[in-house]
Amino acid sequence: MKRGTTYGQFVIERVLPQAPARVFAAWADFEKKKRWFGDWHNVLEHTQDFRVGGRALWRGRNDDGVLHQNDTVFHDIVDNERIVNSYTMTLDERRISVSLQTLEFAPVAGGTKLTLTESGVFLDGYDGAEDRVRGTNWLLDHLEAALRGD
Amino acid sequence: MRSRFYNSALDGGAVVIILKHMLNHSTRLDGVFAALADPTRRAIVERLSRAPASVSELAAPLDMSLPAVLQHLSVLEESGVVKSRKVGRVRTCRVEPAALRTAADWIAQRRAMWERQLDRLAEFLDEEDEEDKGRRK
Repeated sequence: MKRGTTYGQFVIERVLPQAPARVFAAWADFEKKKRWFGDWHNVLEHTQDFRVGGRALWRGRNDDGVLHQNDTVFHDIVDNERIVNSYTMTLDERRISVSLQTLEFAPVAGGTKLTLTESGVFLDGYDGAEDRVRGTNWLLDHLEAALRGD
Repeated sequence: MRSRFYNSALDGGAVVIILKHMLNHSTRLDGVFAALADPTRRAIVERLSRAPASVSELAAPLDMSLPAVLQHLSVLEESGVVKSRKVGRVRTCRVEPAALRTAADWIAQRRAMWERQLDRLAEFLDEEDEEDKGRRK
């Protein structure tokens, strides 16, 4: 397997019409969280121990049959304001990323601005973009030749 | 037509992975060959081999109507070469197989995953509002 580490970051902002306490509770209260989190997969296991140092585990399969596992540790919790966690993502047996994620719940006129910021290291086994462009082109080139009959 | 895309060095490993994937996943190879026999569809696959893209991003450089682009995409999807997923109003396409995804793809995918999660969160909160209204009636 080709070894490699790539760092990435993304930020998602949403303005929701509910108050910060409501939005925060949708993450903090496991009974609420179970109603929306990860539901497009076939869920095999879902646990949450919501306190600093506590863990959350989510395991399920997607449509392709790949086993996804999200293993989270909570590092900082400020009620109704902030959650800092880190999580590893595993596909089948391969660990594909280790991420640091913050969720910030800011009061705004008419609701809450939720900001999700994630930075992480994406691991191993994926061709660099250039390699893949080359590989795809090589394939297309040969298919083209095959279709032409030479 | 030999475009500038067809001049790169060999990378047999990636091709073997693609072919293995096609065979393992019982994708019909004749469908794949037919899908890639068209230069527009090859250009789309080449574009997607660099990063996932939305339908409108794919259509922008092509000199044809959106329905024509969608028709090409549907041929690519049926062959299993391309997969797409709708997030909100945007349909994002990517090449298969998963084994060839780049780190950049993973980051884009992770972002898309959390976008979907937050869509679900928003729906859940609205549902809660409705339930609350129901109780107060």
